[in-house]
Amino acid sequence: MTQLIETAKRELWEAGEIGERDVSRLIGRLMHRQVDAGELFFQQRRMESWTLEDGLVKDGTFSVDRGVGVRAVSGEKTGFAYADDIVLPALGKAADAARTIARSGGDGSIQAYRRREVAPRYAGTDPLASFPERDKVALLGRTDAFARSLDPLVTQVTARLAASFETNLVVGSDGTFAGDVRPLVRFDVSVIVEKDGRRERGFAGGGGRHDFSWILSGDADGQARRYVREAVRQALTNLEAVDAPAGSMPVILAPGWAGVLLHEAVGHGLEGDFNRKGTSAYAGRVGERVASELCTVVDDATMKDRRGSLNLDDEGTPGQRTVLIENGVLRGYMQDKLNARLMKAAPTGNGRRESYACLPMPRMTNTLLLAGESDPGEILASVADGVYAVSFGGGQVDITSGRFVFSATEAYRIEKGRVTRPVRGMSLVGSGPEVMTRVSMVGNDLALDQGVGTCGKEGQSVPVGVGQPTVKIDEITVGGTA
Amino acid sequence: MGASDLESDLKHLVGDILDEAKRQGATAAEVSVGDDEGLTIAVRQRDIETIEFSQDRGFGITVYAGARKGTATTSDSRPEAVRATVGAALGIARHTEDDECNGLADPERMARDLPDLDLHHPWTMDADALRDLALETEATALDYDGRIVNSEGAEVATQRSCRVYGNSHGFLGAVTGTRHSVHCAVVAGDDAGMERDHWYSIARDPEELDSHVSVGEEAARRALARLGTKRLRTGNWPVLFSPRMAAGLIGHLVGAISGGALYRRASYLTDSLGKPVAAKGITLAEYPHLPKGLGSAGFDGDGVATASKAFVHEGRLDHYVLGSYSARRLGMETTGNAGGVFNLRLETDTVCPAALMREMGTGLVVTELMGQGVDLVSGHYSRAAAGFWIENGEPAYPVEKVTIASTLNEMYHGIVAAGDDIDRRSNIHTGSILVRSMTVAN
Repeated sequence: MTQLIETAKRELWEAGEIGERDVSRLIGRLMHRQVDAGELFFQQRRMESWTLEDGLVKDGTFSVDRGVGVRAVSGEKTGFAYADDIVLPALGKAADAARTIARSGGDGSIQAYRRREVAPRYAGTDPLASFPERDKVALLGRTDAFARSLDPLVTQVTARLAASFETNLVVGSDGTFAGDVRPLVRFDVSVIVEKDGRRERGFAGGGGRHDFSWILSGDADGQARRYVREAVRQALTNLEAVDAPAGSMPVILAPGWAGVLLHEAVGHGLEGDFNRKGTSAYAGRVGERVASELCTVVDDATMKDRRGSLNLDDEGTPGQRTVLIENGVLRGYMQDKLNARLMKAAPTGNGRRESYACLPMPRMTNTLLLAGESDPGEILASVADGVYAVSFGGGQVDITSGRFVFSATEAYRIEKGRVTRPVRGMSLVGSGPEVMTRVSMVGNDLALDQGVGTCGKEGQSVPVGVGQPTVKIDEITVGGTA
Repeated sequence: MGASDLESDLKHLVGDILDEAKRQGATAAEVSVGDDEGLTIAVRQRDIETIEFSQDRGFGITVYAGARKGTATTSDSRPEAVRATVGAALGIARHTEDDECNGLADPERMARDLPDLDLHHPWTMDADALRDLALETEATALDYDGRIVNSEGAEVATQRSCRVYGNSHGFLGAVTGTRHSVHCAVVAGDDAGMERDHWYSIARDPEELDSHVSVGEEAARRALARLGTKRLRTGNWPVLFSPRMAAGLIGHLVGAISGGALYRRASYLTDSLGKPVAAKGITLAEYPHLPKGLGSAGFDGDGVATASKAFVHEGRLDHYVLGSYSARRLGMETTGNAGGVFNLRLETDTVCPAALMREMGTGLVVTELMGQGVDLVSGHYSRAAAGFWIENGEPAYPVEKVTIASTLNEMYHGIVAAGDDIDRRSNIHTGSILVRSMTVAN
């Protein structure tokens, strides 16, 4: 890890001729008016993406973004400023702006730096440089041809290959001195099929914190083909779908990506900020039963190469595995430094920010509902009339009431214990706390998502992972038209 | 720095980048620079919570090598970084494939006389005064009623943004504008639980903001009105979209007639030009040159002159929403809408909201929508809603966790009336919209 710090210092400080002493002086300047904590977050992110449309790779983008976010915290108050130029004059100006928050009160103390070490959860290799451009372009070209060869009803294929490579360095008055180097790649494909004037879409993709060899190495073509087959299959399935039912009924969630429902329904409500402010439906309930005893929910940043994994969060706290709900009992919240301090809890490595230009806040990493004991077939057989939700397009939650909504992109009727016709245009609506108490069966088939999830909160997007086994919920409101 | 000094600095930078692109071998190029500066002050529980200073500058560079295209962006304006970014864009262009639709918009379509849109009105208050404004806004909401039990806070934000766009046709345009807002969100509670709601005001000119006291009061009123929810009967009912929600509904129509969705055949309105797409009385027209308009612009993202026009006239689709690339893909002419529509208005006969409720009789008023259940490809619509149940033309009780479902086609054709309660806080100006029937489930 100290090697990561050296890499980060070289990438972020060298161009502006900044050294450790300059940064210490800046922290001193930030702390001058007796704030409680001061922090500098240096970041550089290079990104590229290639898009295929109409059989042509006709657009690509490349971007570099670098800068520094400066934060001064005084009690519950935060002053924040940033600069998109990592040079001393800009840094000094940002520090002066951020510290205007402080009135008085803090002790202004600065701790000696402690360099953190954690076992790396991903390799610090640059995915942009891992393969030549022509290989990336050729893969997208093959994607189009392969999708169209699968079915003549395919009228449109869009595919995207994207990578980012981030280097960051956090230096704080609390002694934090930490750096991380994070690769992130993603491939996705979207197809449109048309039949008798009806149009439907299918989507699939995957990725993680690694380089492109998962999809571009000599023998990896099968991986890309699997995504394409999946997208075409989903689109063709939706072509046959009938209108979804409306009303309250049992819902079975498929293993894997359907865990995004859990992310919205319960995950956000367990983030420290909402609970400190008392605006979450879970506020003040640690130790209480909040879910069916079949439910154990963890947030795990330590999983190898996963999209939501972190060596260190964006405040330099090591990413960790945090048990949120254990056998139905609320064990704790996800914390960043500010909320942990104000709630007299320990930070859990969930302090994340979209970029240097945003303030960190408690965010999920990879959030999982752990496996239970039921056989998935047995779970299906237990439902006489309901729906089976395989994939969701997106969801949203109102933390205060716990209300959430999800739109299915692939779902089926369950009739007499069997999965029958596909349904379309289906939303699931419920309250997170209620739904968690209505989980009546949990499968033994835990699966992780493919690695394309992005979570939005207060306008900031961060990559996340989800996972769950087959789950039966006794009753949710299903919004369809039939 | 004054607005005109900044514009002239950025214009020089854009000119330099265009020269650099030409020097490195681009056959055509376009550059856009955004420079934003802002201050956001958030208060919560009668004390300041965050003060955020923002200062962003970003460059987007698109280069063409014949019919090939590459794009690169950076936040770094140092000359060596700009050179490297131009190089990166050309590097991308070398690996992309020929697309005859690529390229700048036709030179004769470039905007010439840029209108003065009166968009720049800095807020002269200092940070302490803005903080006090935020504190008073929240205090008004907290003190409004004993059942206001918590707060997510109030926020006052002010932002100046300057955008300069130039291309190798010689077009160089700048627009500088301000945006100021006051926002408040509070939580009302009773024995049955907690409900949150919010309200805000936004304007180019601080003089045109609603009073901060009224923002706080409205946030409190709305949170309180949500207490005491009941269940409703699943069935088919008329649905009245409140103005904010109605703007979203119109936004989906804009999405479905936008070039990007159409040339990808990813819209249920593919090949619908000249056909009826909404009820006969509905006209949707844009007015890009409204003084102080939140969506006003003299030129679009391609440098093409903007102009007033009706996309939908008396229910019939007269124009798609096109930039030059999507227009070429469809074998059409750009409508000057690269980047979207500019101040879209719903034009139809309107009545007051109470009359709309009387006309509805029994049904649902939607004040909040959640979720992404709008599929422009198939036209299916299924979202979660909260609002009020109306009986005999009068509000009966609040409802939540409701789903409303239909198809966009049936909804637009089923618009039976619109309200005069027009909301101008976004790029789409509309009052309430009454839709004849949707499937409502609970």
